[in-house]
Formats: sequence, structure tokens, C-alpha cells
Amino acid sequence: MKGRGPESFSLRRDAWNRLIRNRMAVAGLLLLLLMAGACVIGPWISPYTYYEQDLFNTNAPPDRAHWLGTDELGRDLLTRILVGGRISFAVALAATLVSLVIGVTYGGISGYVGGKTDAVMMRIVDVLYALPFTLFVILLITLFERNILLLFVAIGAVEWLTMARIVRGQVMGLRRQEFIEACQVLGYSQARTLFKHVLPNVLGTILVYVTLTIPGVMLLEAFLSFLGLGVQPPMSSWGSLIKEGVALMEDAPGQMLAPSIALSLTLFALNFLGDGLRDALDPRRSEGAK
Amino acid sequence: MIRFLFHRLVFQALPTLFVLAALSFLLVRLAPGSPFASERELPPQTLEALNRAYGLDQPMPVQFFRYIGGVLRGDFGPSLRMPGRTVSELILAKLPVSLELGFWSLLYAIFVGLTLGILAAVKPNGFGDYSAMTLALLGICIPAMVMGPVLALVFGLWLDWLPVMGWHTPADRILPVITLGSTYASYIARLARGGMLEELTRDYIRTARSKGLTEAGILVKNALRGGVQPVVSFLGPAAAGLLTGAFVVEQIFFIPGLGETIVNAALNRDQFVILGCVLLFGAFMVFFNTLVDVGLALLNPKIRMTAGRKAKHEG
Repeated sequence: MKGRGPESFSLRRDAWNRLIRNRMAVAGLLLLLLMAGACVIGPWISPYTYYEQDLFNTNAPPDRAHWLGTDELGRDLLTRILVGGRISFAVALAATLVSLVIGVTYGGISGYVGGKTDAVMMRIVDVLYALPFTLFVILLITLFERNILLLFVAIGAVEWLTMARIVRGQVMGLRRQEFIEACQVLGYSQARTLFKHVLPNVLGTILVYVTLTIPGVMLLEAFLSFLGLGVQPPMSSWGSLIKEGVALMEDAPGQMLAPSIALSLTLFALNFLGDGLRDALDPRRSEGAK
Repeated sequence: MIRFLFHRLVFQALPTLFVLAALSFLLVRLAPGSPFASERELPPQTLEALNRAYGLDQPMPVQFFRYIGGVLRGDFGPSLRMPGRTVSELILAKLPVSLELGFWSLLYAIFVGLTLGILAAVKPNGFGDYSAMTLALLGICIPAMVMGPVLALVFGLWLDWLPVMGWHTPADRILPVITLGSTYASYIARLARGGMLEELTRDYIRTARSKGLTEAGILVKNALRGGVQPVVSFLGPAAAGLLTGAFVVEQIFFIPGLGETIVNAALNRDQFVILGCVLLFGAFMVFFNTLVDVGLALLNPKIRMTAGRKAKHEG
């Protein structure tokens, strides 16, 4: 594409440079890649499956064969944590994607069209904001057969509100700029102007908010699975593994601690990365805001 | 102020609650599958009789307004899974415990959060700031479902200092409240720090300093009023989060709260129980958000004026 001049390229490179100079952000990024990589590849190379039981070797402490020991039914804990991590990452990504698509489109249209349309669209968001949405997700789970696909569509469908608000604010600011007026003068369609010219300029803000949404979605999935409303056994997820571990806490604390550490480390990594991205993409705000 | 409150209630609180009720009721009634479906196929006559008994054979609008009428009189309908029990009595039996847990946790979060936040803002980038913000980061990255079991393990099972089960003595409250409140204390600490730092750059603070007022006096008497505003705005979402977050904490510490009722209802597909809880929590949120708006208006005369003008303009 010709329109992308050297200017925008260097801006992006500038942000990247700022990001990799931030030691915590880089550590977060590496840790996240390590976690995600282990969860994707680990279950393939592991000699065990997440459902295979070995009733002669239950609640085993960590050893050569089972690096993190086995659970109540003799299943390899490490494999179950890695498979659970897959679920966590998959749900987080999918739900974030759903919320991204809905939120950006909704907020973009609202901010770009403006006027009465904007007022009505934002009023709807205000009303939806006041709904107890965790319970709403539980209601959705109650109504339909429980499956993972539904879970992340439901989470994504309620997580788009903040994204819509943020995108709308940014788009409103851009709408009056000369290059957008130029698009209008050139007779581009509204949709083309919005999606090809306005929204790419909001990308940085969207990216920052995505890194904030992912941990939120992960926690919601863990919350639901902990309560037994998320993934169904024998499938594992970090939330359900912690729950199983809590029941055996007194005799085998490792079964609770291992998935807990996995979840918290991932949240730490996402937090550092998110903070770093915010500082890198919006240097004006980085002072003081922490 | 009265005009503001009236405007807030009529134009925001009531429509929100109505939309919530309509949306969730429609979802429940239009969802595929009968609420009575189970592993055992019911004969059609039985199904018909059940539907008639619960009024589910009526046209949708009739059902809806009948339900709303009942809710306004405090009747949230019958439980579809536990014959003879109403949703209201199921909820009322457990609600006080959850509310108490949420209340103490909110108090703890506000107290600890404000203390840490103000401490951090006194000397930005100093030792106090780093320690407070590190604690806040820990609180945010260690969710209740991780913190609860770890606290129970260390302070309950290993050190044997605190009880980890039940809800009888005051000591029973300590670990659950810390577990539930810490995440929100962390957010409040961050918001308070940000709000205070911003407030401290304002002109009137410089004026106060040049008049020779003590730094502590400025902090508490002047800056706090503006600095806590982000915290007050956050209390609405925080209260909502505490109410639902309580489910996990109740399970960890064996507290007989509403969480168990809701989880069982969700597993058994007891639709009216969930519906009742959604409406109840929605009402709580609307109530809390209104309270927060009133608090903000009291703290900030600017909001009071624009809200008044807006109310006059629209009403």
C-alpha cells in the first residue's frame, strides 16, 4: 500500500524501540511467549494425556516421571496444567477477538457518524454498562448447553463495552482532522474512510486496551471454571485445576500451588507488557500514570 | 440536589432496570429447551400441566408483566427445581451472609487502598511509592482464587493462627475479607495515587503551599477531596465485582452464602433463581451507581452545576 509513508513506519519503530528499552515489558513479553509456547507445544511432546488415569499412582509427589506429580486420579499434573493453559489462552484470545470486532465497529461508527446516532448508541452502552454482566454470563450458561465455544462468545459479547467507548472517543478526535476531510472531499465512501483511514490511527490505543482485556477474560474463565460452570471434566483449565487442588490442599498443597503459579505468572506478564505498551505508544501519559 | 437525584432515578435507574428485566426475561423464555427438560423424557401431558401450573402457557407479554408485577411485590416466582420453594426465600436465606462479606471487604479495600495510595503520592518514586505500588501490583496479579487457598494454607493449616472454615466468629471473617478485598484495595491504591498526584499539581495547592500550610495539612484537607474522586467513581464497579467475586471466596472458606445457591441453580438450570439473582444484582448496581453519583456531586461542585443544568434542560 502506497499511502503508508515513511513517517508512520518510523512512528511504529519508535514505539517498538521504547517498548524494548523497558526491561519489565520485555520480561513480560518473554514470559508470556514462554508460557504460551509451553502450553501449545507441551501437550504434544508430553508422554501423558490430560485424561489418562493411573489409579496405582495417585497424588504422587514430583519425580522424574511426573515433573509436577500426579493428581487424585493419577493424571500427570504438568500435562493438565499445560492443556488448561491452552484453554485459558484460547478463551482469552477468542473472547478478546469477539469483543474487539464488536467494540471497534460499534465505537467507530458511533464516533464517526456522531450526532443523534452517537447519542443513542452511547446511551445503549450506558444502560448495558449497568448490567451485572458476570451474572449475565452465568444466565447464558444456564440457558444453553455448556460448551467452551459458547463460553467465549458469551464473554466476548459482554466485554466489548469499554472498547466501544474508548474507540469512539478516539475516532471523534480524529474525525475533524484534515486527512479525513480529504477522504471526504475525494468522495470515498463512509465505510472506506472509517475502516481504512480512521481506525488504523486508533490501532495503538486498541492494542493497549487489548492487553488489558486479555487478563480480564482469563480471570473470568478461571472464575467460571472454578465454580464448575466453565470447562467440564475431564478437560482441565487453570480455574478448575485450582479448585481440584483446594480440595486436596492439606495433603498435597502442590496441586493447588502449581496451577495458581501458572495463572498468576501469566497475569504478571500481561500486566508488565500492558504497562510497557501504554508507555511506548502514548509517551505523553507515561509520566505519573502507573 | 433533589432535582439531580430525581433526574438520576427517573432517566437512568428505572430505564436500566427495565431493560435488564426485559432482556433477561426474554432470554430465559426464548432459549431453546423447556425448563423442565431432564434426562427422563416427560410425557407431553405432564409438560403441558407443568407449563400451565407455572403460567408458562400464556402469551409472552402477559408472562412478562405478570413476572414484573410479582417482582415489584417482592415475589420472584417459584423455583422450578425445588417444588414448593420460592426464589425469594431461597435468595433471602443466603443473601445476608454474602452482603456482610461484601461489606467488610469493601471497607477493608477502601481503608487499605486509600492508605497505600496516599502514602505513595506523598513522595512519588520514593521508597514508600515503590513499596505501595509493588503491593498493589501483587494484589492485581494474584486473584482471589489463588490468594484465598494460599492464605488458608499458610495462616490456617501451617501456622494455625486463623480459622479457615465457616462464618461464626469474628476471626472467621479475617481471611475471607482479605482474600476478597485485596484486588480492589490494589485498584483503589492505584487510582488514589493517580488522583492525588494530579490534584497536587493544581494551582490552588501551590497557593496553599506558598501560604506556608504544612504538607500534611494540604494533603488531607485540600488534595484529598479532589484526589479521591477517581476512587469514588470506581466504587460502583467495585461493589458489583465484590458481590460476584464473593462466590469464589465463599467456596474456598465454606461460607454459606448466595454463591452456592447460584451455582447450583446454574447447574440445574433453575432459570427463575438465576433470573431473580440477575435482577437483584442489577438493582444493587443501580443503587450503588446512584450513590456514587451523589457522592461525586457532593465532592465536586462542577458536577453538581452541570447536572443541575442538564436536568433543567431535559426535564
